[in-house]
Amino acid sequence: MLKRVSVLWQNIRQLSGDDAYERYLKHYAEHQAAQENLEPPLSREAYFKQWQDSKWRGMRRCC
Amino acid sequence: MGFGWRTRFNAPESFILALVYTDANYYKIIHMHKNIKLIIWLAVAILGTFALSTIALSRGESINALWLITAAICIYAIAYRFYAAWIAATVLTIDESRATPAERLDNGRDFMPTNKWVVFGHHFAAIAGPGPLVGPTLAAQFGYLPGTLWILIGAVLGGAVQDMVTLFFSIRRDGRSLGQMARDEIGVIGGTAALIGTFLIMIILIAVLGLVVVNAMKHSPWATSTVAATIPIAMFIGLYMRNIRPGRILEASAIGVALLLFSVLAGGWVDHNATLRVLFDREGLSLAYAIIVYGFSAAVLPVWLLLAPRDYLSTYMKLGTVVLLAIAIVILRPDIHMPALTQFIDGTGPIFGGKLFPFVFITIACGAISGFHALIASGTTPKLLANERDIRMIGYGAMLLESFVAIMAMIAATVLEPGVFFAINSPAGVVGKEAIDAVAKINSWGFAVTVEQMNQLAKDMGESSLFARTGGAPSLAVGMASIFGKAFGKNLLALWYHFAIMFEAIFILTTLDAGTRVGRFMLQDMLGNFNKKLGETSYMPSVILTSALVVAGWGYFLYIGVIDPNGGVNILWPLFGIANQMLAAIALCVATGILVKSGKLKYAWVTALPLTWLVMITTTAAYQKIFSDDIRVGFFAAANDLSTKLAAGALPADKAAVAPQLIFNQHLDAYLTVFFVAVLWIVIIDMLAVCMRHCAGKPVLPLSEVPHRPTQLDDLWVRD
Repeated sequence: MLKRVSVLWQNIRQLSGDDAYERYLKHYAEHQAAQENLEPPLSREAYFKQWQDSKWRGMRRCC
Repeated sequence: MGFGWRTRFNAPESFILALVYTDANYYKIIHMHKNIKLIIWLAVAILGTFALSTIALSRGESINALWLITAAICIYAIAYRFYAAWIAATVLTIDESRATPAERLDNGRDFMPTNKWVVFGHHFAAIAGPGPLVGPTLAAQFGYLPGTLWILIGAVLGGAVQDMVTLFFSIRRDGRSLGQMARDEIGVIGGTAALIGTFLIMIILIAVLGLVVVNAMKHSPWATSTVAATIPIAMFIGLYMRNIRPGRILEASAIGVALLLFSVLAGGWVDHNATLRVLFDREGLSLAYAIIVYGFSAAVLPVWLLLAPRDYLSTYMKLGTVVLLAIAIVILRPDIHMPALTQFIDGTGPIFGGKLFPFVFITIACGAISGFHALIASGTTPKLLANERDIRMIGYGAMLLESFVAIMAMIAATVLEPGVFFAINSPAGVVGKEAIDAVAKINSWGFAVTVEQMNQLAKDMGESSLFARTGGAPSLAVGMASIFGKAFGKNLLALWYHFAIMFEAIFILTTLDAGTRVGRFMLQDMLGNFNKKLGETSYMPSVILTSALVVAGWGYFLYIGVIDPNGGVNILWPLFGIANQMLAAIALCVATGILVKSGKLKYAWVTALPLTWLVMITTTAAYQKIFSDDIRVGFFAAANDLSTKLAAGALPADKAAVAPQLIFNQHLDAYLTVFFVAVLWIVIIDMLAVCMRHCAGKPVLPLSEVPHRPTQLDDLWVRD
């Protein structure tokens, strides 16, 4: 039961983008860290700015 | 539930089995499985048929709304289980072992394998806007039956199929957009048509939605102040998420939702305060100007300040209210008072002119089939899906849910007394400005309503008047308020009413912001072909110029809609419907073309069937809008009638003043309709030519599907 609630909570966080930064760090650790030209990961603030701006590029809402 | 039940039971009926047989021996179940499965689906089919025949055959007495819900759920379940599964397995041949773009192009940002429920949530939030709420409300003038049948059949055979196949084809093409797929698979003409069509639909859609909000706020200090308050609330949340607590979205949203609910309450205080009241008691025209200024600012301001936070808030509001409405309907089981069919199927309806065929199919676009969805299904969603096997759930399933929202809107409209429904929704130009005249006219149609009844209702809802509040939002809000009021407390009617208005306004304004912005990007993209600098999305003069052009486009139609004594909705909504169905037809053309080119000619009817129907209804509707002699249907007929009256001096001074603008607008709308139909037929002919060349063995553009690559994902962790 507790596990299900926690899974649900994870999904809600992911759905809203609440955990976007944590997932970015994870993705960074898995992918970018292996590359040569290492840039340090973005700060939470800087990442969030970029994430939000990129989200609103294309068609997002309809009738 | 036993360990591993999920892997054993994949179809919904096995889910039911798993619930029933929690502790039973799995191997025993497997034995009985086939028979029980059959019995369950037989029961669903019988129940669905029974519910459907009840709503279709009942005449004279009112029926319970639960029948509509039952019929809808049974039809959706059967269609999802059998038709959608068959399309996925046989027509599209979905390949679970194939890596999706989310996996292959994973960049941690827009391409990213994502949990299927999260994708479902994103996709549903993106496709479900105000459309499925407004369309059914307007179409209820024909009675509850035609709209309900079209919502059910249209979604199951048309809309959900379109969404699913578009999503599938886009996933097989690196998440490319509908316009790009049209260009790659059919040719430059199809691609350009899709692009221009999208742009024009956006303009008309924003105008008509703006009109709906204006009509909901007209002379309503409560509604106007509440809707106005949502703007600073969204900005505060934007600042909170950006600067105070960066990225803490759930926390910020919770504060925002609380503030929004408080703004509904505060609107009531404004309404009772004599000095504040006059500040927000506005004419339609000044509200329209306010919305135009707002739309321009929202498009120019950075997204994080207004658009993004507003979108969060409206999404929570939307999901919350839809769930609340479903619960209320099930608890309350209200009776439907509207007849199954009204006399207005002959084309004389007060809300919009035109016969049942084709206009019910034009009026209800979203909820049955909506071309706009094809843009979402070929936009963000295909970049998130971790495995092809979830295409049915996301593409087909989300559309069924949207269709269900449309059914609930239909229920909310038809539980009202028909007399009340027509009093709220009939424009003053049809029933007369004075309450006495309006009531007399509505009574003459055979629908009982009195002036006292309407006054009492307005008082209960905290409004000064509910006559001629066209656009669908007020009548939906009255319907929702009466359902909520009965289910959760009757003394709060006015609060529920304004909550419903706020809920509609907030995501109409989100669509308005987002649409203006997308329109701006498209325009910048086009202008970039002529002048490189203008194509840069961060170049401020270009941003201002293109935003102003887009806002001027929809602002014009909004302005005309407001000054039109017939309410404007009767012109703009059918135009929007034709445009939206045209876009759906383009999406289905692309899909049919790809099916034929993939050697699946014998299955091409899956998309060709809804395509044929859409072409029939849009062409018929457009023909009537252009050539009909009925001044409430034909654009030219209306323009000629108005000019004759103007020349003869038969118009009162206030109408004569706006007549030239209305005449010009009728002509413009007529040419726009001609343009839409021409675009549609060009794409169809282009598609047919491609298909015929392919079948004759002549060369056509090659399929642009990317080659198969096996998935590396152990998909259980992302999907479940």
